[in-house]
Amino acid sequence: MKNRIRDLRVQKSWTQEDLAQAIGVSRQTINAIEKGKFDPSLPTAFRLSLLFETKIEEIFSFEED
Amino acid sequence: MNELHEKRKAAQGSATRQLAIWTTAWLLSQALLTFGSKLFWAHSDMANGLALILYLAMGFKMVLANRNLLKSLDELERQLQLESMAVTLGLTLVVGLGFSTLDIINMIPFDAEISYLVIFMGLSYLTTLLINKKRYQ
Repeated sequence: MKNRIRDLRVQKSWTQEDLAQAIGVSRQTINAIEKGKFDPSLPTAFRLSLLFETKIEEIFSFEED
Repeated sequence: MNELHEKRKAAQGSATRQLAIWTTAWLLSQALLTFGSKLFWAHSDMANGLALILYLAMGFKMVLANRNLLKSLDELERQLQLESMAVTLGLTLVVGLGFSTLDIINMIPFDAEISYLVIFMGLSYLTTLLINKKRYQ
């Protein structure tokens, strides 16, 4: 799955640690999600959507591996 | 939403402390079961039975504490732990049975003790966890 989390985070001038604290996960999790190595859970995806005030489908795009 | 982060940290800290407490209790109950018969109650079946029940109860609480710690972890960390556990379980089954068979057919010059398997489990879990952490970096 691809995502625009890094772009959205940089737009707000947040560090990975800021974003991690805001949605209750570790910085390593944010790093792995941004690099596309880990797909977040649905609650985390919704939290990201609420935080960035952006629809989930505008943050994540599905691609078969 | 920073309270989410604080809640997760607090839950993780509490679960870690609980696991430390129950692991210590389990180890002490194992010591009691092992040495109690010789040192305290002169081979009484009743006392041995009670020590065994205590050992099983402490072990059960330790398993529950471990499960609670897993539930309190961050989702990536939980996945790393679960993948490492899966690999360790599979390796333990394959290597453990293979090792035992080597002992049965006398291909190793020593007995296949359970302690070797426990050490192997610990090492394979640690190695798999380190490899997984690297993979997701």
